[in-house]
Amino acid sequence: MLLEVKNLHTSIEGNEILKGINLKVNAGEVHAIMGPNGSGKSTFAQVLAGREDYNVTAGEVIYKGKNLLELKAEDRAREGIFLAFQYPVEIPGVSNVNLLKTAVNEIRKYYGEEELDAIEFLSLIKDKMKIVELDESFLKRSVNEGFSGGEKKRNEIFQMAVLNPKLAILDETDSGLDIDALKIVANGVNKLRSKDNATIIVTHYQRLLDYIIPDFVHVLYNGKIVKSGGKELAFELEKKGYDWLKNGSPKAIAG
Amino acid sequence: MEKIREFKEWFVKHFDDFEKNLNGEKTPEVHKLRKDALSKFKELSFPSLKDEEWKYTNISPLLKYNFSPVSSGKKVSSELIKKFLFDKMEHNFIVFINGRFSQENSKLLALPKGVIAGSISDAIKEKNPLIEKHFGKYANLSDQIFTALSTAFTKDGAFIYVPEGKVIEEPVHIIFLTSNGNKKIITQPRNLFIAGKNSRVTIIEHYVTENKGVYFTNTVTEIVAEENAVVNHIKLQEESIEAFHIARMEVDQERDSNFTSVLFSNGGNISRNDFNTHFNDEGGECKLNGLFLLDDNQLFDAHTLIDHAKPNCSSHEHYRGILDDNARGVFNGKVLVRPDAQKTNAFQQNNNILLSNNASVDTKPQLEIFADDVKCSHGATIGQLDNDAKFYLNSRGIGDEAAKAILLHAFASDVIKSVKINSVRNYIEEILSKRFNQDDL
Repeated sequence: MLLEVKNLHTSIEGNEILKGINLKVNAGEVHAIMGPNGSGKSTFAQVLAGREDYNVTAGEVIYKGKNLLELKAEDRAREGIFLAFQYPVEIPGVSNVNLLKTAVNEIRKYYGEEELDAIEFLSLIKDKMKIVELDESFLKRSVNEGFSGGEKKRNEIFQMAVLNPKLAILDETDSGLDIDALKIVANGVNKLRSKDNATIIVTHYQRLLDYIIPDFVHVLYNGKIVKSGGKELAFELEKKGYDWLKNGSPKAIAG
Repeated sequence: MEKIREFKEWFVKHFDDFEKNLNGEKTPEVHKLRKDALSKFKELSFPSLKDEEWKYTNISPLLKYNFSPVSSGKKVSSELIKKFLFDKMEHNFIVFINGRFSQENSKLLALPKGVIAGSISDAIKEKNPLIEKHFGKYANLSDQIFTALSTAFTKDGAFIYVPEGKVIEEPVHIIFLTSNGNKKIITQPRNLFIAGKNSRVTIIEHYVTENKGVYFTNTVTEIVAEENAVVNHIKLQEESIEAFHIARMEVDQERDSNFTSVLFSNGGNISRNDFNTHFNDEGGECKLNGLFLLDDNQLFDAHTLIDHAKPNCSSHEHYRGILDDNARGVFNGKVLVRPDAQKTNAFQQNNNILLSNNASVDTKPQLEIFADDVKCSHGATIGQLDNDAKFYLNSRGIGDEAAKAILLHAFASDVIKSVKINSVRNYIEEILSKRFNQDDL
């Protein structure tokens, strides 16, 4: 098993956000986590990636047999976890190519490998740029600065392609995208899928799941996974809306 | 108070010796300036925190020392000078060791005809008429005790003259090296740069040291940019962490002239830079950029004045500071728009990052506007490293140290990129990389 989340509770500034999440993810699988705004989806994604603003108050997360919660964010990334941000951060003055080169070499250093030289590195990234249809001028630009929404999300998938994670977590990667950008992003994710890696897609909408077909769909509500099923669950949610959860008692739905 | 009196008397006492050792530099015009400045020096008192212009900068640690003047010229190896050159670039450099011009260590490639780049001592001895016309005309003495001290002890410094229409493509790199052994010395480079009509020149004032320890650099630079001249000025202050550095730069800008200044400072014990530019005619533009990196108990003070005395001029100012440990920074940016100066554009920005809880910055934008048809703005920020950006980098496998270095570099880059000469930019980048990759910054 790649990832096992057991009874995960987290809080921020005293507010409990996640109230006992259980999830198992195997290599080769795509899981979608859906839920209304404020249900804790993004918190869950960020906690897995190692954001320190959240306190884990109970539970554990086992990743590749290790206690994930003991690892710092950078070590999680080096161990193969990748978070595509809902709101990718703008970093003026840092070029995309500089970020990626530093990232790739920091990860190589972690594994005791030699740093890539400029030529090796460029050939690696040029290959990956094609996956999300970015052109080379993009490399020199400052990270996410002045990017359109679509460019930001494509940049996330591009970084993901370069870093080649074992477990990719896509946090609302579809929100705010027009249909062309959505297709490019989804297409990129599909190209990167393999039997050795897994993807967790966190989304509010069913739309992205038309392009990336999940093996499992989980419904997160009020800090807990209240229902799990196959891809058909996403259609059901789309049809009935999240009010369906709010109106019914979670227990009934879970049952 | 006792210390201050002693500090002053020490210099007054030394003036006689100094005077005796002057040779050809004792021309009537310049020597009158020296003597007038000495009286002024006696008359003025050293600034205290009660003076508005020195409100955040307590110079009493400086006044505790008796700094000895250096009489004879010293020689150093060319290997040592090489350390301060930019990236193997073939360029003109002139070297001052402990404030004295060193012909042997300097290297001047072919300069356009009529260009002078050398020692002001020579120019005084040769009775160059430009000295009488310009020397001491811009750095006035009223309320300026350190300028009075500099003028009284006028001996040597850099003199650069670019005649009308001449263009010097390669920068003129001036290295002011302090090589003091363990002696607490004072050096007072006194510089005059004149860019004639339609001329173009880049001048780099580079203050470096061979030794750690206490010494005092008191420097005054006067710059004249004649009509339509383009002057790029870069100052690199790479001094001992215990050094005192008091500097004043006065710039006279004539019609349609363009002046750019970049100040890069690693600080010292106390560093104070007064950079003042004056638009004496219409159509001028000036850019003042600065970057300072401080740690330990350093105190750095940048005081700038942009005097918009005439209409249709524009100024852009951008200073950035990175401070760690107990370091303190001061930015005081005054923009004066006089009643005549309609259609003035003046923009000012000061941003600071504090890396520790004990570091602090006092930032004071001062816009004094007496004209009604102008565009002026200012902004100041003091903050910490952006945690969201740091987490973003961490989440890509980049460790804390590298993430911090990347973000500080990015913060500095706005100022660094205003240095248009690649080799100089690389030189500064290298200093930054060394600093940022240390654990303590």
